[in-house]
Amino acid sequence: MENLLNIFVRSIFIDNMIFAYFLGMCSYLAVSKKYKTAAGLGAAVIFVLAITVPLNWLAYNKLLKEGALTWLSPEFANVDLEVLKFIVFIAIVAAFVQLIEMVIEKFSPSLYNSLGIFLPLIAVNCSILGAALFLPTRGYDLAEATTFGLGSGIGWFLAVVSLAAIREKMAYSDVPKPLRGLGITFIIVGLMAFGFMSFQGFKLPF
Amino acid sequence: MKFLRDQVDKLKPHFSEGGKLSMLHSSFDALETFLFVPNHTTKNGAHIRDGIDLKRTMFIVVIALIPALLFGMWNLGFQFHKATGVDASLMDNFLIGLIHTLPIILVSYGVGLGIEMAFAQFRGHPVNEGFLVSGLLIPMVMPADVPLWMVGVATAFAVIIGKEVFGGTGMNLLNPALTARMFLYIGYTPKMSGEECWTPIADGVATVDSYSGATTLGNIASASAKSEGWSENLFSWKTSMMDSIIGTVPGSIGETSVVAILIGAVILIAAGIGSWKIMLSTILGGLFMGWIMDIAGNGNAWTEMPAYYHLIIGGFMFGAVFMATDPVSAAQTGRGKWIYGFLIGVLTVLIRVFNPGYPEGIMMAILLMNVFAPLIDYYVVQSNIKTRLKRVKVQ
Repeated sequence: MENLLNIFVRSIFIDNMIFAYFLGMCSYLAVSKKYKTAAGLGAAVIFVLAITVPLNWLAYNKLLKEGALTWLSPEFANVDLEVLKFIVFIAIVAAFVQLIEMVIEKFSPSLYNSLGIFLPLIAVNCSILGAALFLPTRGYDLAEATTFGLGSGIGWFLAVVSLAAIREKMAYSDVPKPLRGLGITFIIVGLMAFGFMSFQGFKLPF
Repeated sequence: MKFLRDQVDKLKPHFSEGGKLSMLHSSFDALETFLFVPNHTTKNGAHIRDGIDLKRTMFIVVIALIPALLFGMWNLGFQFHKATGVDASLMDNFLIGLIHTLPIILVSYGVGLGIEMAFAQFRGHPVNEGFLVSGLLIPMVMPADVPLWMVGVATAFAVIIGKEVFGGTGMNLLNPALTARMFLYIGYTPKMSGEECWTPIADGVATVDSYSGATTLGNIASASAKSEGWSENLFSWKTSMMDSIIGTVPGSIGETSVVAILIGAVILIAAGIGSWKIMLSTILGGLFMGWIMDIAGNGNAWTEMPAYYHLIIGGFMFGAVFMATDPVSAAQTGRGKWIYGFLIGVLTVLIRVFNPGYPEGIMMAILLMNVFAPLIDYYVVQSNIKTRLKRVKVQ
């Protein structure tokens, strides 16, 4: 239990997807002009990460890893399908996102209207694939992987809504012309990462 | 005075519109405003009649900083003479401090104002008084032994990347003085922390045996790393709590004296410039988290230390009074200020206790909360809108 709490806090603050790994930057920079849309995208990222990371964990540990197929037959003990991990992970993410989109559209049109446009964006969000690709090196079990996915999603949400709040506040700033738009956003993100440096090297007591 | 006025008046036509130096008019304006009360009046828009403007605001903050600065200068000399074992008079102490502090202040103002004026020139807006405070805050959070070129580079970074690219005074995301310090802290860690930077002792000068130069924070951090418990011996120089309150301990130039900082706090609060909500909530946050550490602690120096010691060691008070209350980068809403300050206090203690890389947490805590301040404001405003909407529906 303490281990799960550690992974949870760690993935939100210390190993933040944006400020520690700089993953998922494209949609982060593009969809952070308004708080409302940013919060929509952030919520979608939490949702998708919390579900695809465990799915990918299953795929990796039951299909791809060396010897993972022994549950089918002991003959497969030497089969190593790890080369396929990129393609399998991205296929799972994309398929899952498509499926969710269709289900939401069918059963909850209002949620689809607020979330729906962001779901296709998420299929190409690097933080989703990135979180899946961390799995082979970290050796989590299923509960830990789920916690990690959820925490990473919340960390991403926090990063995107705080950037959106800053950009909304900056609507009246007289930014030099060449820097307006994406340029100043890059600088803001850099300075935000400056603030997040305080978590670097943090030793959690649990 | 009259001579100066005449000179300024004589030069003025050259700088006003149509004159041959008109492109430099904002630098000239800045000089004139600095020397005299200008006779500009508002020409259009809403008129608010009030005695306060940016210039006066900034000057009050500078005045509030003076006690801490003077004490810091004296303390530098005091530390120097204590370390070398010389009995020195008050004036000797002060002069040593002045010799080391003045160049840092000059570099900080020179570089910062130079860049501000250049930006004002190119972008055609008047030079703002905002840098008067940042330019003094930067030297006060530097260790005395810092090389001057580092002060220059850090100031340039803070003014250009931290402030001017956002549109100048009043638009910055992070506190400029802390941006400068953080820049040096990350880039040149050995020069900015440890035992050697706080007292300006040249190589080869003999020191007394009991001298170590370590700050209280440094002592506690290294004791914690060895899982040793808390004891009063960990105060730097093995002094007492009283010395930490008065400020006769090593540290950054302006941060050591709680008394001098509190005098500044009184000035800021009486003038209505600094937010007492932020100061109070920062202190409450620090006490609260320190108290939790006391209860839940696992027996190292940090967690055994009584909570209120967190307030008097290191830069906690300086940050709470002068840095966290920066009206631009702090939260703007009333409730937001309480949340903002409280989280600064909590994070400061958390970083001190759990992050062995950074013995001092207040700088990082304030920078991090600067990042989140707009978000806090957004939530406070939204919740206000919601409660008011409910009130409308009831009627």
